[in-house]
Amino acid sequence: MSAELSAVVERDEAVLRILIEDMFSDYVHSIDDDRVEAWPEYFIDNGFYQVISQEGYEAGHAIGVMHCDGKGMMQDRVKAMRQANIFEPHRYTHVIERPRLHRTSSDTFSARTNFIVTRTMQNGDMETFASGKYLDSLDVSGKTPKFRRRIVVLDSRRIDILLVFPL
Amino acid sequence: MTETAATPSNGSFRWPEGGVTRVPYRLYTDPDIYAQEQEKIFRGPIWSLLCLEIDIPNPGDFKTTFVGEIPVVVTRGENGDVNAMVNRCAHKGALVCLKERGNRENLTCVYHSWSYTLDGRLNGVAFRNGIKGKGGMPKDFDPKKHRMEPLRVEVYCGMVLGTFSAETRPAAAYFGTVMDHHLQRNLSRPLKLLGSHSQMMKHNWKLYAENVRDSYHATLLHTFYTTFKVNRLDMDGGIALSDDGRHSISYAKRATLQESEEYAAANVHSAQYDSQLAAPEMLETWPEFEDGITHSIQALFPTLAVQLTLNSLAVRYFVPRGIDRTELFWLYLGYEDDDEEKTRMRTNQANLTGAGGLVSLEDGCINEFVERGTRGSSDDAAEFLEMGGLDVAPSEGSRATETAIRGFWKGYREIMGFET
Repeated sequence: MSAELSAVVERDEAVLRILIEDMFSDYVHSIDDDRVEAWPEYFIDNGFYQVISQEGYEAGHAIGVMHCDGKGMMQDRVKAMRQANIFEPHRYTHVIERPRLHRTSSDTFSARTNFIVTRTMQNGDMETFASGKYLDSLDVSGKTPKFRRRIVVLDSRRIDILLVFPL
Repeated sequence: MTETAATPSNGSFRWPEGGVTRVPYRLYTDPDIYAQEQEKIFRGPIWSLLCLEIDIPNPGDFKTTFVGEIPVVVTRGENGDVNAMVNRCAHKGALVCLKERGNRENLTCVYHSWSYTLDGRLNGVAFRNGIKGKGGMPKDFDPKKHRMEPLRVEVYCGMVLGTFSAETRPAAAYFGTVMDHHLQRNLSRPLKLLGSHSQMMKHNWKLYAENVRDSYHATLLHTFYTTFKVNRLDMDGGIALSDDGRHSISYAKRATLQESEEYAAANVHSAQYDSQLAAPEMLETWPEFEDGITHSIQALFPTLAVQLTLNSLAVRYFVPRGIDRTELFWLYLGYEDDDEEKTRMRTNQANLTGAGGLVSLEDGCINEFVERGTRGSSDDAAEFLEMGGLDVAPSEGSRATETAIRGFWKGYREIMGFET
């Protein structure tokens, strides 16, 4: 690779990293700001999303707490939480660290990002609802980066009351 | 069957007129009643799920759990026997096993290194003879008189059950013929754990015991199926009860017409439900049994439930964590010989239940709404449970009934000595 070409590739990668970091922020803000309809759009069509405990993840369990194989299942989740499910109004605030990215091919990155989520109930009760890490595989072949897989690994196997909004 | 005193020690509590159709809210908030339950129910003639047999496959394996508030450890002995003891050192009462699971040659308390065999017998006391002839235990110290308190154990349908009472009947008799038959149907093959998690719910444990038996609320609170217009072929159903009314099965059957068509078409492997789901493959299913029962939730007195809904096989049990806290554990299972396709379908269907269950997540909060709604109520305020009759009887053809809940309260009253 010529010096000029390798400089272009590096600049290209730096841009991709910024786009991914922006996307990670947009993802949590759409959930925190009650725009959960946007959530499936951060995934490729046959993207995979799972919420699972650390112990389940380490044990290689198939079943966690939430499991969406393809965008359709995510859209069904959104429709269910808007129209079918009953729960006490609450909102999240996600705090995410700077993602640690690795380029795995010309079109893909992997990432690990730690997070903490607070949950605030309508009566003002506010507590740490979840902590853990996102383990991601990203597709950067299109205009914006998208998740091929997002595994949400929870530190705790215990969910307080219920989990309706995605993390 | 009344193994306990006929009058409650809390003399001021009397069950109101109306028997099992009236359940005083006070049962969910009275600390004296909660303390009595720990003694009469959880140390009484009932079976509790301690773990699955597959949790402790090898000699030395242990798993910690709770019966009521009592910490318990289950072990697999060198000879392959399953043992269970209160997880409490006979010396000062410290927890002996700290981890949730592991493998040990013996059980040693970290505090003063008292050491126990895998069945809880004391076999080592540090510095028993003192140091350089000074100190040590008295000459008449007898290790046989100091052991971890044992529970009776029965391995039944892949589950390790435990009880503190000598009066608890063997599991098959305790659950009765109808329950035993259905448990054997679902659990008598080698099992595989597909996943687990728990849910902390902010209410008294008995509200969940009611909820899991409440077939009346299913289609009213949980509207997932109607929202997505899932065409249910299995609307025939009912409630089966054990003879003593304590245990129940809420079941749905494939409609008779549909059943004959499906079976006539031989080789039906995968049946699909019509729906407006964007991803209908979530409900992709195959008929596992020929009795036509597609959904069953089996509630076993007092704190255990086994479900096989479509192909989602799960065991749940719940543990009181104080008078107004209940932890609900979900164990998702498959059979050891499941192929990838079956595991995939069970995994997709697991989305319907658990802490994030599309059908059932409401159950995480609904009982808390009862707990909060009944605060400040008068001493004689009570639930009204007359849907489907006043008695405790099986209900064929209808699940619009509270009979299984009344059955729970019948058993509860008998054990607590609350029959007026």
